[in-house]
Amino acid sequence: MTDIQAQIDVLPGLDPGAQLLEVNDLHVEFRTRDGVSHAVNGANFRLEPGETLAILGESGCGKSVTAQAIMGILDSPPGYVTRGEVKYRGVDLLQLKEAERRKVRANRIAMIFQDALSALNPVFSVGFQLAELFRKHRGMSRQDAKKRSIELLDQVRIPAARERIGDYPHQFSGGMRQRVMIAMALALDPEILIADEPTTALDVTVQAQIMGLLAELQRERDMGLILITHDMGVVADVADRISVMYAGKVVEEAPVYDIYARPAHPYTKALLSSIPRLDMKGQQLSVIKGLPPALNAIPAGCAFHPRCAYARDQCRQDPPPPAYDVALGRTARCHFWREVIGDE
Amino acid sequence: MSDVVLETKGLVKHFPITQGIVFKTRVGAVRAVDGVDLQLRRGETLGVVGESGCGKSTLAKLLVGLEKPTAGSVQVRNEDMVRLRGGALRRARRHIQMVLQDPYTSLNPRMTVGDIIGEPFEIHPEVTPRKGREKAVQDLLDTVGLDPGHINRYPHQFSGGQRQRIGIARALALKPEIIVCDEPVSALDVSIQAQVINLLESLQDEFGLSYIFIAHDLSVVRHIADRVAVMYLGKVVETGNDEQIYEQPTHPYTQALLSAVPVPDPRLRGRRDQIVLEGDVPSPANPPSGCRFRTRCWKAEDICAEEEPLLQIRESSAHPSACHFARPRDVLHAS
Amino acid sequence: MSDPQAVTTAESAVGRDKPRSLAGDAWRDLRRNKIFWVAAVLVTVFVVMAIVPAVFGAGDPRDCALSRQHDGPSGNAFFGYDFQGCDVYAKAVYGARNSILVGLLSTLLAGTIGLIMGLTAGYFGGWVDAVLSRGIDVVLGLPFLLAAIVLARRLSSDPSNNGFWAVIVTLGFLGWTTAARVMRSSVIASKNQDYVAAARMLGSGPARLMMKHILPNSTAAFIVVLTILLGTNIATEATLTFLGVGLKGDAISWGIMINEAGPNVRTAAEPLVWPSVFLALTVLAFIMLGDAVRDAFDPKLR
Repeated sequence: MTDIQAQIDVLPGLDPGAQLLEVNDLHVEFRTRDGVSHAVNGANFRLEPGETLAILGESGCGKSVTAQAIMGILDSPPGYVTRGEVKYRGVDLLQLKEAERRKVRANRIAMIFQDALSALNPVFSVGFQLAELFRKHRGMSRQDAKKRSIELLDQVRIPAARERIGDYPHQFSGGMRQRVMIAMALALDPEILIADEPTTALDVTVQAQIMGLLAELQRERDMGLILITHDMGVVADVADRISVMYAGKVVEEAPVYDIYARPAHPYTKALLSSIPRLDMKGQQLSVIKGLPPALNAIPAGCAFHPRCAYARDQCRQDPPPPAYDVALGRTARCHFWREVIGDE
Repeated sequence: MSDVVLETKGLVKHFPITQGIVFKTRVGAVRAVDGVDLQLRRGETLGVVGESGCGKSTLAKLLVGLEKPTAGSVQVRNEDMVRLRGGALRRARRHIQMVLQDPYTSLNPRMTVGDIIGEPFEIHPEVTPRKGREKAVQDLLDTVGLDPGHINRYPHQFSGGQRQRIGIARALALKPEIIVCDEPVSALDVSIQAQVINLLESLQDEFGLSYIFIAHDLSVVRHIADRVAVMYLGKVVETGNDEQIYEQPTHPYTQALLSAVPVPDPRLRGRRDQIVLEGDVPSPANPPSGCRFRTRCWKAEDICAEEEPLLQIRESSAHPSACHFARPRDVLHAS
Repeated sequence: MSDPQAVTTAESAVGRDKPRSLAGDAWRDLRRNKIFWVAAVLVTVFVVMAIVPAVFGAGDPRDCALSRQHDGPSGNAFFGYDFQGCDVYAKAVYGARNSILVGLLSTLLAGTIGLIMGLTAGYFGGWVDAVLSRGIDVVLGLPFLLAAIVLARRLSSDPSNNGFWAVIVTLGFLGWTTAARVMRSSVIASKNQDYVAAARMLGSGPARLMMKHILPNSTAAFIVVLTILLGTNIATEATLTFLGVGLKGDAISWGIMINEAGPNVRTAAEPLVWPSVFLALTVLAFIMLGDAVRDAFDPKLR
């Protein structure tokens, strides 16, 4: 392992003491025949080791694109990062050459996806795919790689890992496949794991298993976890901090307890009161009127103003609301956050 | 009992597993639905919950006649839909309609919204005279909150939530008494879900509809349903009103299911009763003997493998539960 | 995927229009499509050429004189003369009838068989599908040329027969398999769509399901296969004729011309080039037409 560590450590500017991950003012756009879609318009966040940051939002809010930009797996064309930086331990990943970037991707930042079946190669056995990682990146022998693969499958709680190592992805159930994908992501001991809707396709009982496993592995390895999801319930259970995205911007960022107790952005507040709760009956579901904006026609001013109950003239005009400091480590992009937060 | 609008008795659907291409031999059966008795009363919403593979979608198809049951009956207005044929079946279909899950595949992309919502009238010309059809379609669009002027648009010109409204309008066209909703909001974004749920509720009040609401999201079902049936591997394991199922579940599977649902309130983190089930749902082609849940159940004893627990009211359970050891347990609230 | 952009366009176009049909909308769309017009003009030209070749001012294609062998283009013969001293332009114009008719009719026949077989197999499934699919496999398994020779021979054994229908029937009966397979798989795909389930639930019968819901959503790939088949059939007619089982007597077709001119291409290129250009333009025109029509009937591309 030390060889690779050395290779990574020669990344120019790498500072082991620096912030684990820092995303500043990230902009991503998609240039298509029908015009330019602004998928991400200034995303900012930081991640500490051992911390779980949830990026919460609806489809089309730019949360997955942000993850792809951090990983450097954006489809390009049509997608381009036009501005901003993604700093891993002080190194701006966006400035790296593709070869260096690939090394970071394999060894330092890993990602798991919603659909494990399409993320695994169907024609190779799970054991082969895992062993391949160790042989390629760690230069292990066939024997050692196999042993290490079995250990890893054991760690993600796949029963009878030794017997199942020759099985193909389709022979595993949905939950087990997700575990295999987690094993592959963790194979090279990354410091950061990005999970893009990891349990959306799974049943609730399996979802509970997988989220529990992720939390446990994260604790063991002191890993930074970015959880991308639309599920406010899952977030409440596992996240330390939350970034709520809307129309490509982080509209509110806060520690998990604060945001559920006293949301400071009207969008967050409306989302929270629009979901039915398991432990309550007869609550009135409030409705967010209208639809999220098309990304090639984002409204001027605050992007949420056409759907917002608090909107005034100031909200309809540029410049869009800046990230106001609501409290220590807590921001909201709303001119009237005081009103929103106090109005319970 | 006159207010029962739908009743199923011993509903069974087995899909044969076959081998061979021209000459097929039957090698087994997937027991998708295996003996389901349900009752739906006028104006009420019956929620059916369970995980994928529990048979809830097959149940929906049986109810609306998209699949023929292997055994059992579906009584709608005292007529057995299963035994009806031809014109009688076509007329009977008017009383029970369905809203499908995926708003992107449930509308024919080559038909205008007007044709889609008007199709029920073409199949059932006796409902609305030809002249009044365009007006009827526009009224329906208005009822579900869409602009009646959009009658000539194609489905792709609408968003997911709007398309689901079109599907609801189509289901309403024949003025049915019962609407089977198969995961009607699970493909929609959070902020859109509430719009559609509220619409379904107001339509129920306005037209006195009865809903069978099939979903995997227990929070949504709690919000909309009056009574709930929990399914596991083709069978109903517990049924009761919303209070009974959510506050005092007695079947271990219901308890595990409820405890696994995350509640959007971080203050409850770690303070709720967490039951994490081991393993996966067994294959419906080869279900366990006796109680089907016993392979994942922490209460299982020998009797569970030998004797199948019937869905009935038990000593410690005021509502029907298919468990030998039924006992209420609160898994929702902080302990 | 949700398409937020479509919604904004939907919202911005206010006001309502007259009731429309898919065909009406398709026509409105086609009228604005340049490619459609180019294709339509080309197709019209060639069809007119096939029906009334005389209006193209060509001479007599059968007026040949060896003395003019391989003479270059002139006012009398725009494309010059071929090996036998026949007017290449006149032959190309008069050849249109056989080539286009054989191509169109055999494709129509193959398309009809393919449509019926594919739709039936795909819609009914089960043993019907099993039997029909094995039938497709059998026809596909025949060595094409051998089967074509035997079939065309058999069909035109009567000496008075000029072989025209024999070629069409041969090409039609041997060429439908790909179309049928493509149709079958599209039908199976659209049969399992939710909107078909929705229509069944409303009580629509098989005819309505097939014609309104399944067929309109299954034709895209089928049309592509047919336009390609049209080109191949025009060329295959030439092969059959060359082998002596195609058009008989002094029949004229582009395929025959291309075959005859081939060996002499070093001495005179025109007799080979011009019928090839006509053939290529025809096929191209039908492919463009097929593409334009297919796109026009897909509301999503509008």
